[in-house]
Amino acid sequence: MNGTANTSELSGAMPSRSILASDKNVLDHIHAWLVTVDHKKLGLMYLIYGLFFFVVAGIEAALIRIQLAVPNNHFLTPQVFNQLFTMHGTTMVFLVGMPLIFGFGNYLVPLMIGARDLAFPRLNAFGFWLSAFGGLLLYFSFIGGEGMAGAGSAPDVGWFAYAPLTAKAFSKGHSTDYWILGILVGGFGSVATAANLIATILSLRCRGMTLTKMPLLVWLNLIMCGMVLVTITPLTAAQIMLLLDRFVGSHFFDTQAGGSATLWMHFFWIFGHPEVYILVIPAFAIASEVIPVFSRKAIFGYPAMVGATIAIAFVSMTVWAHHMFTIGMTSTGNTFFVISTMTVSVPTGIKIFNWLGTMWGGKIRFETPMLFSIAFVFHLLFMGLTGIMLSAAPFNWQLNASYFVVAHFHYVLVGAIVFMIFAGVYYWFPKATGRLLNPRLGKWHFWLFLIGFHMTFDTMHIPGVLGMPRRIYTYEAGRGWGILNLICTLGAAVQAVAVLIFVWNILISLRKGQRAGADPWDAWTLEWSTSSPPPEYNFAEIPTVKSRRPLWDIKHPTDPDWKYE
Amino acid sequence: MNAAIATDSLQPDGAWTPSKGVVGMTCLIIAESAIFTIFVVAYLFYLGKSLNGPTPQQVLELPILNSICLLSSSVTITLAVRSLRNGDTKRFSVWWLITIALGAYFLFGTGREWQHLIYDKGLTIQTNLFGTTFYSLVGLHASHVVVGLVALLIVMGFAIGGFVKQEHAERAHVLSLYWHFVDVVWIVVFTVVYIIGR
Repeated sequence: MNGTANTSELSGAMPSRSILASDKNVLDHIHAWLVTVDHKKLGLMYLIYGLFFFVVAGIEAALIRIQLAVPNNHFLTPQVFNQLFTMHGTTMVFLVGMPLIFGFGNYLVPLMIGARDLAFPRLNAFGFWLSAFGGLLLYFSFIGGEGMAGAGSAPDVGWFAYAPLTAKAFSKGHSTDYWILGILVGGFGSVATAANLIATILSLRCRGMTLTKMPLLVWLNLIMCGMVLVTITPLTAAQIMLLLDRFVGSHFFDTQAGGSATLWMHFFWIFGHPEVYILVIPAFAIASEVIPVFSRKAIFGYPAMVGATIAIAFVSMTVWAHHMFTIGMTSTGNTFFVISTMTVSVPTGIKIFNWLGTMWGGKIRFETPMLFSIAFVFHLLFMGLTGIMLSAAPFNWQLNASYFVVAHFHYVLVGAIVFMIFAGVYYWFPKATGRLLNPRLGKWHFWLFLIGFHMTFDTMHIPGVLGMPRRIYTYEAGRGWGILNLICTLGAAVQAVAVLIFVWNILISLRKGQRAGADPWDAWTLEWSTSSPPPEYNFAEIPTVKSRRPLWDIKHPTDPDWKYE
Repeated sequence: MNAAIATDSLQPDGAWTPSKGVVGMTCLIIAESAIFTIFVVAYLFYLGKSLNGPTPQQVLELPILNSICLLSSSVTITLAVRSLRNGDTKRFSVWWLITIALGAYFLFGTGREWQHLIYDKGLTIQTNLFGTTFYSLVGLHASHVVVGLVALLIVMGFAIGGFVKQEHAERAHVLSLYWHFVDVVWIVVFTVVYIIGR
């Protein structure tokens, strides 16, 4: 026992079974991770990659908040400020959100459907390394990029990189090209992995697992991957056009030659809005696994959950121009996008009621993953309410590009997605490592992060209503924004402490965490039927399932689920 | 390594699962379709909005022979896959080679068209919005033909080496789906660029 713990300490890597059992040196371990095609190792690498950039982009956010804490601050120069908000947004969406959701999908989908790996393991590795290369390329711009501010300039055109700011004339040097190419390459990786997951889910399910018996996480990943196929690619196309504009002198977004800057907006948001749902649907997926297990009830309204998610996927592709009300569309256009945007709230509301219905009358266990999930449901409701406000065109004309919008979408991205990422890590960490995360530190993490989150993002709505525009580098005193911004910054500090506790918890629990066993939460899906961590082949014998909760059937042979489904 | 040749299969309990190769290729085709859709939208959006000439009416000619070649290559690749399914590797190689020749002729024709447009008509990607959208849309399609040809040539190399056997018919079929997709896109591009846009 002692000996194995020491080995994992020395290797410094995640203790997977093969590593613990072997006596190879460090280089061999690194080599094994670099050339692996195992979905579990790739899933963990996606997660580590995502969590690493989560900390990086968090530091960028902290610098932004310090700059905005007081009026007339000169902590950062305007040039650096522009680079930081561009890199913060781009990183959080493409290098944090995407790797994390694919990390969970990669790790969990084969285990949940009783498969031994993804359909195309080598394509899976290829997708990961493309994404990783894209991220490194983007961050190399801090050293190699050249922009308006001279050498060593990261992209500074904002995460949606509006034309004509990105034209050669206004974005000199190559910092913008790093943005284009880094995201383009990562996009190829995303499409490859999405296709891989779809093929896995459609072709490799174990015996008895019909589509209607799949765990909801698998269903929602299937829908998310379908969205990736048709919504990441419009961005790819638009970025190819932008590259042509910048390198061979074409005129797609060149207004001097009759090109249209508005067309870029349309193309970007045709990607950009569904992207939010690509990120939030896996958060829904995690909630749909965690909430039933900790409420000790089967999920309420399984078919409604699937149907609502498909509805969200379709409707979310018709709402993009609600980002563009202020550019002056026809009233027919405005009306269409107002109605379609408001329509999204119907299936989302169905989902909220289903989670509440699952908790209702349940025997709720307030473990760390459940705490994050309960907070998530409330945040989802709140951001839905501000979303309805912003979807009304006249209200939007007033508040577009203000801090109200920033607060709204951070409620989605942090309040819903990051909270569920944390829940997912606490829930499946014992499966991946064989050890539980420390629940005491977990509670500290949860409560501090919750308090910090609300300090920052509840408060942030108000300067928006008072007229503070997003992306300004500083502001005058006497506007009434100062104290509010200070509270936001203090909240960010509290969140930073919470994340440090989380990182610390991971590091110490890897070595000293309580042994988890195969099924620490008394859960019902197939991944808990194999050892923790699972062997490389996942299942010694491919399982056969008869209901949506195969482990319930095994644990309760006299009262199995399949009698009622 | 290649033990898991994906075929449509029935599980013991009678549930049907699709071939993973076909599903994967279908996903790629869906994703690529979205890319082409954006380029087609841009082409149609900028139609007639160029600030200066030349216009499509002045310079474009219908690439009839080219189109016939590319579209008939869809037929020949289907015949090739069918031959392989039947175990006739010789006939497979012949049809496969004809497919490559037809695809290569299409590329050659596109090259000649572009040379004519650039040197005789003075239309480049920088000339106007028509040049911008024309070269990028047709070029995007041509680049897909190039990728398809490279894949076909690799298989041809294996076939010459005698490595392509009946059990690889499923894989050849998956590749042929991509080639059919490239052909269908050409029908769309032809309609948009040479019929609607001219």
